[in-house]
Amino acid sequence: MSGYYASILQGALLTVGVSLAALVFAVLLGLAGAAAKLSGRPVLVTLATVYTTLVRGVPELVLMLLIFYGGTIGLNNLLEALGSKATVDINPFAAGVLTIGFIYGAYMTETFRGAILSIPKGQMEAAWAFGMGRVRTFLRITAPQMVRYALPGFTNNWLVLIKATALISLIGLQEMTYLAKQASSATREPFTFFIFAAGLFLVYTSVSLWVLRKLERRFSMGVKRGRV
Amino acid sequence: MKWQIIFEPDTLALYGEGVVTTLTLLLSSLGVGAVLAVFFALALTSSLAPLRALVGAYTYVIRGTPLLIQVYLIYYGLAQLEWIQTRWNDVWPWTHFKDPFFCALLAFSLNTAGYTAEMLAGAIRETAAGEIEAAQAMGMSRFQAMRRIVLPSALRRTLPAYSNEVVMMLHSTSLASTVPAMLDVTAAASRIYSDFYLPFEAYLAAAAIYLCITFSLVGLFKLAERRFLGHLAPRRH
Amino acid sequence: MKILFLSLSLIGAAALVGCGKTETPAPAAPASETSAAPAPAVLPELKVAIDPTYEPFTFKTSDGKPTGFDVDIAEALCNEIKRKCVYVEQVWDSMIPGLQAKKYDVIISSMSITDDRKKVVDFTDKYYNTPSRIVVRTDTPFTDLNSLKGKSIGVLKGSTQEKYAMGDLKPVGVRVVPYEAQDQVYLDIKSGRLDGTVADSVEVTGGFLRKPEGQGYGFVGPVLNDVKYFGYGVGIALRQGETALRDELNAGIKAIRANGVYESISKKYFDFDVYGE
Repeated sequence: MSGYYASILQGALLTVGVSLAALVFAVLLGLAGAAAKLSGRPVLVTLATVYTTLVRGVPELVLMLLIFYGGTIGLNNLLEALGSKATVDINPFAAGVLTIGFIYGAYMTETFRGAILSIPKGQMEAAWAFGMGRVRTFLRITAPQMVRYALPGFTNNWLVLIKATALISLIGLQEMTYLAKQASSATREPFTFFIFAAGLFLVYTSVSLWVLRKLERRFSMGVKRGRV
Repeated sequence: MKWQIIFEPDTLALYGEGVVTTLTLLLSSLGVGAVLAVFFALALTSSLAPLRALVGAYTYVIRGTPLLIQVYLIYYGLAQLEWIQTRWNDVWPWTHFKDPFFCALLAFSLNTAGYTAEMLAGAIRETAAGEIEAAQAMGMSRFQAMRRIVLPSALRRTLPAYSNEVVMMLHSTSLASTVPAMLDVTAAASRIYSDFYLPFEAYLAAAAIYLCITFSLVGLFKLAERRFLGHLAPRRH
Repeated sequence: MKILFLSLSLIGAAALVGCGKTETPAPAAPASETSAAPAPAVLPELKVAIDPTYEPFTFKTSDGKPTGFDVDIAEALCNEIKRKCVYVEQVWDSMIPGLQAKKYDVIISSMSITDDRKKVVDFTDKYYNTPSRIVVRTDTPFTDLNSLKGKSIGVLKGSTQEKYAMGDLKPVGVRVVPYEAQDQVYLDIKSGRLDGTVADSVEVTGGFLRKPEGQGYGFVGPVLNDVKYFGYGVGIALRQGETALRDELNAGIKAIRANGVYESISKKYFDFDVYGE
């Protein structure tokens, strides 16, 4: 019996790994998407809008199934058409990370876009007046201030992302939820194991919330808050 | 790509059944969840600290655990408890726990109630102080002030965030496919996939159906916002 | 700022490197130990799909190792054809699509050889053959299939038993409920949501009837082995066109039947001849 608990804990590590990897992907996509939407160039803006609309219009589970089952067949057919004998297998870990990163990239796009728009325009203008190039302006002026405005939305997106990783169990990745389900069917004790998995998720979200609240406080140092 | 199999009448009938189940589940969970949310929101903003703590703990757990695990807990987990097993053949309301639709409905309602309650509580807290003072100056009791002034205003201000929540609920109904015997759109697509070996076509059709429903919902909410939140929109002339 | 970005990228890199394990490793059977010891050459892998919810044919021990009759046969065959078995878990109703998507090379998970399935995949010769039965409470009055009217029977989605239930039981008024895994059927029988199941007679004995929750349940009705639904026994499924691998595996099956390995594996789980006629 304890073997099941140990394996679920190992699955918890996998959950943490998937969520962090997906976060990196989502942040990168979010920055790219926000840049595209704010660039003003019609092609980029349309592309980014189609991306966010599609992602927010289709359930995560359906996207995951599409990428996992359809993606492998599609890639393999492509390889066959190109004449190669190699077979590509998108394993559940990669499919999960890709899908979740892709989906939350869209939500991060909206968060980052809102955050960048909140920065007073004068800051960027002053940077350009000083002769700073685009990249330097972004790294030294925009990004640090954007982080402060983006943190509440980022926290929200991160918490939802953690919970979405439970869906990867449905495409076969052996993370917490999958192992809890198998353990519960084999031992006929679903309540025990699912409460255990739920508890682990609660621990994860609580720790994340604590860390991000600390970050919020650090990034808001020196900012005047009105007394209510 | 073999799209002709998707457009056969049998397949379309399966998807149609899925759409009916999805919409039924969505509307009923939203209905039950909204009613619960109003009560929970009132509890969260009440002056009784134990009540606030209790409901606060509830929303904390609901928002901190995945919906999938909540569904499994209600469908499989509760069935394991001896207390329920001895009652669910004859004693109402426990007889409903045998029904997969009821279990899915319960899980989704509790979930949406938790999130909506927090949104509504936030809107209640942000009600303009002047309006509340005016209500108190007129001699309204707490209950009357809530019913006539605070709640209508808070409900309207929650509308944009609630529209997000409704779309999220639509996406969450795809998890009903994990409950045995529930045939929603995703379950229909999975059935087509395993019977005919057509992953792309089956899931793309499901995605298209969800997109249509999402657009309709977003459109409906835009109309609702124009009607109910017109007083807060920027002037158009 | 720099610290934030650095730490984010470090975490991401660590996550990507450290968490790639998704497949369960092969159980350490004595066969693989002897072949690993002297030979420095690495054996080519054979990816085998299993659905580990089917005790005693395919299931997992509490520490996650795949085990069971199917798994032991797979190990013996891999030993014969000089390959290393790597197990990929898969939900039963996506077994064949996964094979076609090349997620694995063979399915060794009690898959029956039926004409319907032969249209899309190839099979080796059978490696066992057992009939299916209907299982309900032993105190249920039973004269013929009509006595089951109104009962809820759980079946595995995508299985031959599901086809039978939909074909012969649903028309007489039985409520057939398809489940994703057979052991979830047992979970709902135990809790009282279902009245019974249609399952492979050996599997339901080992996975349910012999366990405490199976008390009071038993077989009713005829022995079910109609070829129309249940096919010609259980074989190994491969993609169409993989004739070389199929011949290798067929030779392997003949070899283990001849040299007694099959018998020793079979005796480990059953006290009767599971090969059938």
